[in-house]
Amino acid sequence: MGVHELENLFQQKVDHEIKIEPKDWMPEKYRKTLVRQISQHAHSEIVGMLPEGNWITRAPSLRRKATLLAKVQDEAGHGLYLYSAAETLGISRDEMLNQLHTGTAKYSSIFNYPTLSWADIGAIGWLVDGAAIMNQVPLCRSSYGPYARAMVRICKEESFHQRQGFEILLSLSKGTPAQHKMAQDSLNRWWWPSVMMFGPKDDESPNSVDSMKWKIKRFTNDELRQKFVDICAEQVKILGLQLPDNDLKWNDERGHYDFGAINWDEFWQVVKGNGPCNKQRLDARNKAHNEGAWVREAAIAHAEKKKQRTAKAAA
Amino acid sequence: MIEISNSELQDVPVQKLPVEALINYTLNLADTSLILGHRNSEWTGHGPVLEQDIAISNIALDLIGQARNFYQYTAEVINKNQVAFDLPYVTGRAITEDDLAYLRDVLEFKNLLLVEQPNGDWGQTILRQFFFSAYQYLLYEQLQKSKDSQLAAIAEKSIKETTYHLRWSSEWVIRLGDGTEESHQRMLNALQEFWMFTGELFKPSAYEQVAAAMQIGVDVTTLKGAWMEKVTAVLEEAKLPLPTTPALQSGGKTGTHSEHLGFILAEMQFLQRAYPNSNW
Repeated sequence: MGVHELENLFQQKVDHEIKIEPKDWMPEKYRKTLVRQISQHAHSEIVGMLPEGNWITRAPSLRRKATLLAKVQDEAGHGLYLYSAAETLGISRDEMLNQLHTGTAKYSSIFNYPTLSWADIGAIGWLVDGAAIMNQVPLCRSSYGPYARAMVRICKEESFHQRQGFEILLSLSKGTPAQHKMAQDSLNRWWWPSVMMFGPKDDESPNSVDSMKWKIKRFTNDELRQKFVDICAEQVKILGLQLPDNDLKWNDERGHYDFGAINWDEFWQVVKGNGPCNKQRLDARNKAHNEGAWVREAAIAHAEKKKQRTAKAAA
Repeated sequence: MIEISNSELQDVPVQKLPVEALINYTLNLADTSLILGHRNSEWTGHGPVLEQDIAISNIALDLIGQARNFYQYTAEVINKNQVAFDLPYVTGRAITEDDLAYLRDVLEFKNLLLVEQPNGDWGQTILRQFFFSAYQYLLYEQLQKSKDSQLAAIAEKSIKETTYHLRWSSEWVIRLGDGTEESHQRMLNALQEFWMFTGELFKPSAYEQVAAAMQIGVDVTTLKGAWMEKVTAVLEEAKLPLPTTPALQSGGKTGTHSEHLGFILAEMQFLQRAYPNSNW
């Protein structure tokens, strides 16, 4: 069968919502796109542990401490499933980690912002996990089987995290004036970076066309962003807080909220590595990896010794 | 804050002390689990490999969960018996688990010195966990038979977790002790760091003696033999020597801590103390 026929067959399966599995033929660009997307997603989970992990030792109650610890641990679990899903496409975890550590692979830019107060843990849950869910729910129907299945489990946990974040903000908003102020300050800082999480505008998003055709992606960046703004604009009323956008206004004609201009310069600067914490995040990942090298080596050496002893005993 | 000193103990008949001894005994269990859970949670996001990052976080979570059970029970005992328990910012209301964890200072904390020691490298964290889990397993095994049904129930629930912690940490001690030259050296160093704190595990405080006499607590002196047996076996398999140096550092159980605890509490208690009487 020629490449052209294989491509047709592949596209027919995609069009008929038949999942593509690891051993199926797939266009090289489809494979590469998925490796890039899934590994970026895995890296985002792992790097995302850092800003939240910051507050585990300072969480204000035992319940909050346990919940945050469990949440950050969930993110590690998500990273694990996603690295495994990417490995089915013929790349090793070591290779992916190397790309992260050397800065050649990207992760979600949102994690390059600092967590300065306890309220930031609430804002990350409500806004960042909320935006992530908006992106990820359609991925549960992604054409690539292992990715779609990993996403089903991840989405369940993420929606739990989002509710926890909302509840943290609600407690603060209804708390003392100092707590209310803490919550508002946090929204002021996290709102715009969260809106940027959906990526560049559709006409500037280079990878979108193929991803839509291959059903890796189901909605465009701008469609998802609008949906996110519409939902948050309503939920913030329950919180008794304000989104920091004077242009946020319901538009009857469009049936959506209008919102202000996004600072794309900031977006691209953070993507390029010039955000407030890009260096710290990457340094922290590299430090953990380098300081763990002797542990990984020892585990391999011990397993090898054990194998040899077993072989010797059997001989 | 109720303290039972040795001199007091000699003068007061045991049966007059049940509530006080119970409170101090339970706080000792709670503080020890909380502080080790807190220390382990410092690894979250920084572990040597993703699977082990998850494992150590899981152990942290188990320990914090155990601490919560003990604190909640202590608070219940204090409130029910209307015990005068002095805490800053707390007036005219019932005491909660969070008050006990976040509003007591260093001198009132009763955790073992071992668990407040800094994490060091992965080998030190592993060895500290192993020494502790081997002890906690034996402790819970006995505590399940406590005449205090609540303590017995917490022990019964927790020992399942501790069984896993002990297996996991034993395996890692063996892996690192009998791994590479470097890992072996690091484990020797870890033994040097932590052995000195192991004596305290089996040296009973006054409230432990009272609790043991009342059969609500465990006589920790009886656990030492089985603990040494386990430690000897695992170190031998790990090709590590059993230390012969004295293990004399103690005081944590009665509030005389190392310099490290103050920093842990400063970090842990910051929000509760900066914004007192707030709901989180």
